[in-house]
Amino acid sequence: MTDSFVAPTIDWIYLVPILVVLGTGVVGVLVEAFVPARARRTVQVTLALLATAASFATIVLLWRDPAVQGDPATGGTYGVRVLGGSMVIDPFGLAVQGVVVLLAFLAILVIADRTSTGQDAFAPTAAAVPGSPYEDLARRKGIEQTEVYPLVLFAVGGMMIFPATGNLLVMFVALEVLSLPLYVLSAMARRRRLLSQEASFKYFLLGAFASALFVFGVALVYGYAGTVDLAAVFQVLAGGGTPFADMPGLVLTGVLLILAGLLFKVGAAPFHAWTPDVYQGAPTPITGFMAACTKAAAFGALLRVLYVISLGMAQSDPAAQEDLFVALWVVALLTMVIGTAVGAVQTDVKRLLAYSSIAHAGFILVGIIGFSQASLRATVFYLLVYGLATVGSFAVVTLVRETAPAPERALVDATAGVVAPGGESASAPSAPTGGDPVGDDPSPAVPDAGVVLGEATHLAQWAGLGRRSPWLAGAFSLFLLSMAGIPLTAGFIAKFSAFGAAIAGPDTQGGGSTWVLAVVGVLASAVAVFFYVRIIVLMYFTAPAEDAEGVGVTVVRSRGPAAISIAVCAALVLVLGVFPSPVLELAAEAVKFVP
Amino acid sequence: MSMLLSPSAAAVLLPAEGAAVATDVVPGPFLAAPFLVLLPMLGAAILLLAGRRSDRWGAWFGVLMSGGAFLVGLWVFLSMAGLPADDRVVDYSMVDWISAGSLDVALGMRIDPLSMTFVLLVTFVGTLIHVYAVAYMEHDRDRRRFFAYLNLFVAAMLVLVLADSYLLLFVGWEGVGLASYLLIGFWNHNRAYAVAAKKAFVMNRIGDIGLIVALMLMFATFGAVDFSTVFAEVPGASTALLTATGLALLVAACGKSAQFPLQAWLGDAMAGPTPVSALIHAATMVTAGVYLVVRSAPVFEGAPTAQLVVVIVGAVTLIFGAIVGCAKDDIKKALAASTMSQIGYMILAAGLGPIGYAFAIFHLVTHGFFKAGMFLGAGSVMHGMDDQVDMRRFGGLTRFMKVTAITFGLGWLAILGIPPFSGFYSKDKIIEAAFVPVDGEPWRAWVFGGVALIGAGITAFYMSRLFFMTFLGRRRWNDGKGDVAGRGAQDGPVRHPHESPALMTWPMILLAVGSVGLGFVLNAGGRFVTWLEPVTGHAEHEEPVLPVALLIALTLALVALGIFLAWRQYVVTLVPIRAPHGSVLTRAARRDLYQDDVNETLVMRPGQYLTRSLVYADKEMVDGGWLGLAGGVGRVGEWLRGWQNGYVRTYGATMLGGLVVIVAVVLALTTGSAS
Repeated sequence: MTDSFVAPTIDWIYLVPILVVLGTGVVGVLVEAFVPARARRTVQVTLALLATAASFATIVLLWRDPAVQGDPATGGTYGVRVLGGSMVIDPFGLAVQGVVVLLAFLAILVIADRTSTGQDAFAPTAAAVPGSPYEDLARRKGIEQTEVYPLVLFAVGGMMIFPATGNLLVMFVALEVLSLPLYVLSAMARRRRLLSQEASFKYFLLGAFASALFVFGVALVYGYAGTVDLAAVFQVLAGGGTPFADMPGLVLTGVLLILAGLLFKVGAAPFHAWTPDVYQGAPTPITGFMAACTKAAAFGALLRVLYVISLGMAQSDPAAQEDLFVALWVVALLTMVIGTAVGAVQTDVKRLLAYSSIAHAGFILVGIIGFSQASLRATVFYLLVYGLATVGSFAVVTLVRETAPAPERALVDATAGVVAPGGESASAPSAPTGGDPVGDDPSPAVPDAGVVLGEATHLAQWAGLGRRSPWLAGAFSLFLLSMAGIPLTAGFIAKFSAFGAAIAGPDTQGGGSTWVLAVVGVLASAVAVFFYVRIIVLMYFTAPAEDAEGVGVTVVRSRGPAAISIAVCAALVLVLGVFPSPVLELAAEAVKFVP
Repeated sequence: MSMLLSPSAAAVLLPAEGAAVATDVVPGPFLAAPFLVLLPMLGAAILLLAGRRSDRWGAWFGVLMSGGAFLVGLWVFLSMAGLPADDRVVDYSMVDWISAGSLDVALGMRIDPLSMTFVLLVTFVGTLIHVYAVAYMEHDRDRRRFFAYLNLFVAAMLVLVLADSYLLLFVGWEGVGLASYLLIGFWNHNRAYAVAAKKAFVMNRIGDIGLIVALMLMFATFGAVDFSTVFAEVPGASTALLTATGLALLVAACGKSAQFPLQAWLGDAMAGPTPVSALIHAATMVTAGVYLVVRSAPVFEGAPTAQLVVVIVGAVTLIFGAIVGCAKDDIKKALAASTMSQIGYMILAAGLGPIGYAFAIFHLVTHGFFKAGMFLGAGSVMHGMDDQVDMRRFGGLTRFMKVTAITFGLGWLAILGIPPFSGFYSKDKIIEAAFVPVDGEPWRAWVFGGVALIGAGITAFYMSRLFFMTFLGRRRWNDGKGDVAGRGAQDGPVRHPHESPALMTWPMILLAVGSVGLGFVLNAGGRFVTWLEPVTGHAEHEEPVLPVALLIALTLALVALGIFLAWRQYVVTLVPIRAPHGSVLTRAARRDLYQDDVNETLVMRPGQYLTRSLVYADKEMVDGGWLGLAGGVGRVGEWLRGWQNGYVRTYGATMLGGLVVIVAVVLALTTGSAS
């Protein structure tokens, strides 16, 4: 037996971007074991930033690789199948990987910032029971949970495999590799720990449910095609094996289950319910990271599965393929409506951004359903632009804090309940945002500001921010305007090209009259403008309310990294809004797989 | 005399013949051209961002940036002069700017003799005025901000003239509008000045709509807005379309260049500090309309009707400005009226077609020198007279400010068109060109030639009036010595007129040198016309309806008459300190021929009623509807929010239920379509 085994040849070079990230993650674990505690943080942050930067650099180098781009003269194949299709390194996969790594780099900057309070966003010991003496001790000793960085790197590694695999089982493994660290990270907030742990647990339960759906879907597709390799599935669907007409129900149900698992990750309705709770509960830098990067990776995977399968179906049964798109239509419409309508009544800035992220998932779906080169180009561009604005705006949220006048524990506990009515979950028994007596962790007193507490997430607390911190409020306004799709920001170009492509209609096949989706999308955007602009109005044109409870709002200074991240995001949002062409051209190269 | 006649202006040409085609090959030295814009733009950005920290060195930094731009311009100009004439039109495309669907615009520069002429004018005169302003604004605590805006203006103006597409031109167009607004209202603590700035801004917007409409027409017809493509497509376009485009462009030119009927803002724009009036509202920005018309020559060539309207607008403004100039007692407003009238000449010339383009630009350049010089002179007078602008309170100032008086006098001779000063060469050519029959229609030659001729006479009168009232005649201000040198008791505040510092006089001297010699130098051997030929095309010689010698003699006779009348009225006779009641025409001219009243009645009042009713409709209908919609969205949101109850079991059930419904729908559809 053994002598019949032939070692597979592996084109390692094409895996370098992923290996750099995952390898550094492993090194990070060793760092935890062998590097002295006081140097750990520096080493970990440096490693994480270097790894993502190096990974991005290798992606840039691979981008022009002739095997990846193919030979335009012959018009032949492009993309490299590594390990028999376990990994497919093609322009699309590389582009999504690039977006993920770039956003991850910016997010790690935010994660690494300890601000002028000297504390990062994570619990000193996440394993300690909230409010226990043990936790108190750890906090006083200034312990930090630097495992955060390797965890982030593992998640990034999973996100990079996710859109670049041609094998459904590998895709499932990638899904878990990216999800498990996120479950852990979500539970690690320094403040309001119960809320954070609750969020993590919800995320875990629902995520497991979604994973199960995904695997079940894979099983059904395997039952039909006898393979989990997407290219082979395509061959079978296109008529190279069991005819599709023999078992349409099996295939469609399987595909829909797979899509459901992926739509869960992007936060599309009706699989969106976890988003607001988790975004609110997770440590804010992590929220920014997963909102931006997970969405990009999951949309990448979604696109790959959807297009391979629907192109295959189109060969044997175009009608069934159109029925498949009906499902996506329903999901896109629901997502846009729920995201904007519920977003409009939010009072917590993190929940509001969560609903905004749901609405954006809907807008991106419009681009995907467009099924033309133009619409997919818009989708890739949209993922980047959305991610920049998201990382940037959550970074701003980390800097706006509540303060209490005196470092008296009793007062802090009393006020913590008053100022944190976290959206609708305030009324929900299982989401005790307001009743978390142990979550707040007062920092040492800062002159003028009193004691700096957790983030001031209630919208009313943002009133008048524009006058006190014009730069920060300006950057936040820019991100909001970009999300609203106002011209001269990148968000406008993204929305314009996505909806424009949808109105122009699909090049080949797909959902048919996608202009209807575009119209709904534009209407939803109009409603969404309301809640984005409301924040801007609050920041600039409303006087800050006097707090009877003595709880103030202050802006803590970034120690540098978060400020850099915000500045880079803001600059890119502006530059891509005025000079989008170079990036749009790159995006166009990435989506040439569409006929 | 024959020397003056030889490179005769009287010519007509075949359209576009001799005009060079733009090449995309960028010669090495031209690569420096972006710094023309970048330097002043950087200056403005640094001065505005650094704020008060740069107060100490801000003014000279601004001078440095503008001067640097001039040096770059000179370098590019010299290397262009070394190229054969056919290679001088270069499209330097830098980056892809907008690529949205069928619209594809590159960010690029059109570097050719026309744009380089403007570059040199703007940067040279601009730098001189920067230097002048260092002294003029010395005691203003916001001097640094002033220089930031000046730099911003220079950058925007260079974008305007260097743009290779109408869209980028529009960016510069708006940029100079913004800079103009900021500078007119520089002393915005004075309410009247702030209002003047707003008026200029709003009237310029009307012109901008013209440019936007032209842009849309071009994009809709040609699918492009860059000069090369548009001009290449023009021959195939219909006359009606070209006429519409030409008229839209004319509206834009009227707004920016203060031409009838959009001229009312220029007088008020004198609220800005005098260097601003010299740079923006005399020498450069207000000539942008002329640039636009000349640049769009191919469009106008295809639209004779639009060309005729251009000529009419120029002729009307020419006379209009001249009449207003005769009655103004405010020295800056009189100069502003004169600017309006002189630009009328340029627009008229530009409307005459290829025969006039070169002379329009020629007059623009010489006018830039002598008018800027005279404005700086007026500023110098104000500087010595504690910001007095009423000419009836001047008189006999030559004794006290010799340099100012002499440089101003040279500018005066130049604008009058006395040989051999600059204005003679440029203005006389325009008059000659106006007398050339167009399309064999002699009436036009007689009408427009006659207007241009009469305008020269009136110009001589009001400019002499201005010069005499200020520098000659008897003293009409209080010298504080108690003796009555003039007549009547002395009143008003005591003045101590004195010459301005060297930083102010040297720019005036340099500009005066230009007023004297520039016309002769540029005209020698038809040098300037030949220089512009790659852009404007070669003009064939054609005779005017009257002999050229007779035209020159007539012009000079009218000018002499104007000077004589002014002399009799303002030097020989005593000038009353308070303005006399005056004739109907004088009273009308003082009020800008009731242009403001016309505007108020025809546009402003109806506009106000319209906006009021719109506000009402907005409140009642739009807001009502919108709030209703918002309420509806809110209710839907509240209802949907109920599902977000925080229980994982609900979330899971939602997912499962949703999935089941979706699968059921898809399967039902498939089964339906299969059967």
